[in-house]
Amino acid sequence: MKAEHKLKNINISYWIATLPGFLIFAGVVLLPLIIGFGYSFTTWTGIGKQASFVGFSNYVRVLSNDPKALASLLFTARFTLTVVLLSNIIGFSLALAITALAWGQGPLRVIFFLPNVIGGLILGFIWRFLLINGLPAIGALMHIQAFTTPWLGDAATAFWGTVLVYVWKTAGYLMVIYIAALLSIDQNLFDAAHIDGAKTLSVLLHIKIPLIMPAITVCLFLMLSWAFKLFDVIFSLTGGGPFGSTESFALNIYNEAFLYNNYGYASAKAVLFTVLVAILTLFQVRVTKSREVQS
Amino acid sequence: MRQREHAFQLVLFFLLVLLALIFLLPFYFITINSVKSFSEIIKTPASLPTTIRFENYRIAIRQVSFFQMLFNSLVITVFSVSLMVLFGSPAAWKLVRVPSKVSTIFFTLYVAAMVIPFQSVMVPLVKVASEAQLLDSRLGLICIYVGFGQSFTVFLYHGFIKTVPYELEESALLDGCSDARLFFSIVFPLLKTITVTIIILQTLWVWNDFLLPSLILYAKDLQTIPLSINRFFGQYKNQWDKALPTLVMGILPIVVFFLSLQRFMIQGIAEGAVKG
Repeated sequence: MKAEHKLKNINISYWIATLPGFLIFAGVVLLPLIIGFGYSFTTWTGIGKQASFVGFSNYVRVLSNDPKALASLLFTARFTLTVVLLSNIIGFSLALAITALAWGQGPLRVIFFLPNVIGGLILGFIWRFLLINGLPAIGALMHIQAFTTPWLGDAATAFWGTVLVYVWKTAGYLMVIYIAALLSIDQNLFDAAHIDGAKTLSVLLHIKIPLIMPAITVCLFLMLSWAFKLFDVIFSLTGGGPFGSTESFALNIYNEAFLYNNYGYASAKAVLFTVLVAILTLFQVRVTKSREVQS
Repeated sequence: MRQREHAFQLVLFFLLVLLALIFLLPFYFITINSVKSFSEIIKTPASLPTTIRFENYRIAIRQVSFFQMLFNSLVITVFSVSLMVLFGSPAAWKLVRVPSKVSTIFFTLYVAAMVIPFQSVMVPLVKVASEAQLLDSRLGLICIYVGFGQSFTVFLYHGFIKTVPYELEESALLDGCSDARLFFSIVFPLLKTITVTIIILQTLWVWNDFLLPSLILYAKDLQTIPLSINRFFGQYKNQWDKALPTLVMGILPIVVFFLSLQRFMIQGIAEGAVKG
């Protein structure tokens, strides 16, 4: 009884265990968040400079009079939608194919996962070289017209260039999650289906997909939150170009703050960014919860 | 029937191997071109080098001070991730074992903070860091990583500790064990699997992160691998004979780390995703 009492109480050791980490967290995350919220109502342009209070005018400007911010939001939405779909389709297909394989599963899994361990900034530079020099050379060798165009020089192809790089990076990660989910399905179900004479396609549609629904939800939202906040791959691959056509919203905020030094205005964008991400996350929690009730 | 299954396996295997080779193409390309001269890279990027120029690497190692940046990346990653585990695990343990309003507030704040995109706090963070003398110091950056890593670390530990039975701790307490000893000798060893997952996920993040260190570290001798490569590319844009060796060397440490621990890493990622 006494032991129970001791462990479940808020005593000195409770504070020793929880407080140090929390104080650092509060100092570098919560405090800047609150300060940033304050800045978003000012015209602050840098350390040591005067900032005057302007009310909601920064917010009004982002929403009504900033075509570049709007364009970057649209790019982010289009990009997110595209890579969420493509990465999941490819990741899931790879997982299906690899789990159907009798040998060589391990090494293949390692290879498809490999791009994930490398940082986005370096990947962007690697693909810069590939898209500028490598692909055109392959295209010339194999006489494939589509490869010989300068991918990063034109708005339409630059979009698909960034999509290609990001799908290449992330598909293997999703594959790993899908493989784990597929392997956790009770093998007896497949045997039973086999005895009943079920075709491969109906096993996929009626056993595999319904049973890995939780993993599908995880992968969809994981991709959604990554892609929506994408910064470093674009920073090094295209720098947002050509003509700002591949500028993500995260990069737009970065440029506003550290290229143009409009800290107050950038803070307003940052607050809006947080709100958007929070809405997406609440949506995710709702979907996940309703799934849990069903299963 | 048996034969058809055999043929299917063979076709599937060759398709996957072909796809795997295409996946590896970027690494092949930067590696073969990293030992060519500039004109050879531009003229024939797809063919194997006629002569292998190791001096590209010698120049690159000197230009980006490779060993200095490797050391910086190692120090920052090892200390940040160790401290995340050290601060995060006992905190999560107490939050689970002491159900109270305070614990709920802590946990809610941590979960809510996971939503915040880094771009939303980066501007004031630089100001806070400069007031707190954290700028241009490895220790300062480590401190900031610990703060940002805390919410995810606590979240993952919290979910795991809930599944750990309470009886062991109870009997240890009856034997008069102190809280600190109870945690480090009994609880922490039970958390091994989730600790491995956390170490892997946080290491990948800290090692590869570019934006945060670029705002905190300016001095040339403090640069991490991504920072140094970015700086180098700014100077030698599209001078690939100088740039490609730095890329190859830049990815080598983390690729070796991954290949030697791939079994744990792939398992850790799958587990982290299900919990997260």
